[in-house]
Amino acid sequence: METIGFFEIIAGVVSRLWPVWLAGAIVFAMSFSMRKRLGLYGQLIGNGIGLTGVLICVFWLFAAIFADIVAPFGARDQLAVMKNAFPGSIDAQSGLIYYLGGDNLGRDVFSRIIHGSRVVLVIAPAATLFALMVGMTLGLPAGYFGGKVDSVLSFLANLVLAFPVILLFYLLVTPGIEETIIPKSLAGFFFLFPIIFFCTLFYTRFRTQPEKLSVYIAVTLLVGGWVYAGLVFGLDPLGIMSLEKGELNIFVAVVFASSPGVFRIVRGLTLDIMTRDYVAAAQTRGEGPWYIMLWEILPNARGPLIVDGCLRIGYTTILLGTLGYFGLGMGPESADWGTMIKDGSQLLRLYVWPALVPALALMSFVLGLNLLADGLREESLKD
Amino acid sequence: MLSFILRRLGVMVLTMICLTFIVFFFVNLEPNLRKLAISQTNMRATDEMIESWLDRNGYHDNFLLQYGRWIGVVQKQPNINPETGQAESRFRYCDDPVEPVYSGILQGNFGCSTNFKKPVGTRLWDGLKATGILMFWVMATMVPAALIIGVLAGMREGSRLDRSLSVASIASTATPEYVSGILFSVLFASWLGWLSASSATATSKGVTFYNFALPVMTMAIYGIGYIARMTRASMVEVMTSQYIRTALLKGVSFRQTVMKHALRNALIAPFTVIMLQFPWLLTGVVIVENMFRYQGFGYMLVQAAANNDIDLLLACGLVSVVVVLATQLISDVGYAFLNPRIRVS
Repeated sequence: METIGFFEIIAGVVSRLWPVWLAGAIVFAMSFSMRKRLGLYGQLIGNGIGLTGVLICVFWLFAAIFADIVAPFGARDQLAVMKNAFPGSIDAQSGLIYYLGGDNLGRDVFSRIIHGSRVVLVIAPAATLFALMVGMTLGLPAGYFGGKVDSVLSFLANLVLAFPVILLFYLLVTPGIEETIIPKSLAGFFFLFPIIFFCTLFYTRFRTQPEKLSVYIAVTLLVGGWVYAGLVFGLDPLGIMSLEKGELNIFVAVVFASSPGVFRIVRGLTLDIMTRDYVAAAQTRGEGPWYIMLWEILPNARGPLIVDGCLRIGYTTILLGTLGYFGLGMGPESADWGTMIKDGSQLLRLYVWPALVPALALMSFVLGLNLLADGLREESLKD
Repeated sequence: MLSFILRRLGVMVLTMICLTFIVFFFVNLEPNLRKLAISQTNMRATDEMIESWLDRNGYHDNFLLQYGRWIGVVQKQPNINPETGQAESRFRYCDDPVEPVYSGILQGNFGCSTNFKKPVGTRLWDGLKATGILMFWVMATMVPAALIIGVLAGMREGSRLDRSLSVASIASTATPEYVSGILFSVLFASWLGWLSASSATATSKGVTFYNFALPVMTMAIYGIGYIARMTRASMVEVMTSQYIRTALLKGVSFRQTVMKHALRNALIAPFTVIMLQFPWLLTGVVIVENMFRYQGFGYMLVQAAANNDIDLLLACGLVSVVVVLATQLISDVGYAFLNPRIRVS
């Protein structure tokens, strides 16, 4: 089989990624021209570490968006001739190149990591967002009220944290469990939190302005109900929001595993911020406890929460990879990075690339998020 | 102090009960029981055979009754052979008794591993011993390396050394075990051929550098970054404090100041972090032991989970709860001892 050289491979990969470079260049040109007006983000891209983090994250974001244009093959396209093909092998029939080699089923590794970035970039941030909602809705009252509420909620959080993550995944994400009602009921429980959160948020603020309040609540219920119906019951009338059975299961397991961590951080932050004068002032004004939590404490906790959110997306990516590595939840032919690492590691001694490439992809993405978080922390400390 | 420890132990017992109850609920779900029955009878068992096997071995008894048996507050019943009508041992390979007895956790009987065909106690002990060796070497490399990196980086905040070490530690926290395992195997086993990518021989022929270095490296690298960053933060804080400035102004050399004055105070905070690192290591152990085929606790956990080995899974759950909560307790108590300004109330 004919192959191309090392430099041709690099040139080929770079040229395949043209939409990513183009979109990235536009974004950065705009960011730099408006840097002074962009606040924290503007400062972030002036910082070496932060800029590197943003660059890596933006790269993967656009790679996921333009996956269909960038990847020369589909995620599951198999060419028997290209089984374990060397990087840069040329398919004689079509003349197309397997830039980063083929895997044990003759699929293009490069196309698969690009398609796989979609799985990661959809599930990881979404699951983190849900975990944040759950953690905030429970952590704020636990810290603010203390006492019994705090003891019970903290006990539950510690219970989940004491679970070895792998055991939790093996129990929650096996094919047998998918048939039962458990994932759906857990999803039904967790996905209620964002709706509760936003309703309370708007109610406490606009209690005295019924017209505004009714608009906000209606929008929340409409959007929330739509997402809820789509994700939990698979009954989205427009058909945009839907998850496969396995994906719902994974989603729930990841949210379940990461919400206690958020809970602990929010609780700690609440305990700290509660002692400030502006909280005492709000209490003297006669504001209700939920107003103080959501409109006095939460906005002042945003800095650490954003940093933690970035780190947590990275951690969720690692968790997703773990699930894939143990073959849990994802389909056997799934293009997510964890599954690819698992499949590739079986023949690691002979063929290095099917495992090495997704491993590097996962590492670079998590590294980007960690650098981003570090840059954010540094910049927010400067104020 | 004593009442604090007692209260924590009480919480620990409560957590153990709740956690085993949840695990018990999950492993006794119908699909999981079927998985167990299929692996215990044979692959082509009919539905009736599966049902009768589950009935005979008491898996369809009342849920609370079964949990009580496992705890040891309800008597375990032997199987009744349908043909002879005589009582026989439930699992012969575990020497289960033929008469009803109280035999559960409270009596020190962890049950019978259906997958390994051994009493859970013996199997668990073997696994924990193997993992203990791995953990020891991981700790022995990870802690000194992380502390040195952290102290060097935090010594002069903002210096070039600090910058590069910080980026290196961020990179190491971005490398989960299954990624670093692949990278190291490719580098040291496939290309250079210096180390073995399998630790299967470590259990039978003893631990050598050749078969043990890769798993230890893989596990250590993920933890190093985190501990190093915490050490750095603590070191930076100490270096800006008044007594360090005083020491430097008095004319004590920088080296002496760091070694004699800063180090001792900077190492209090990382102690907590190191203790809290154990639960993370538990997940790492599972990945690394399966990747390098080392027969320890993590390998056992995956085997038990894949085959729905009920008693072994419950025992694994118990062990991890004890590890997680005990390290939390040690870190709290130890912190109070190390830092006289904090007293546990």
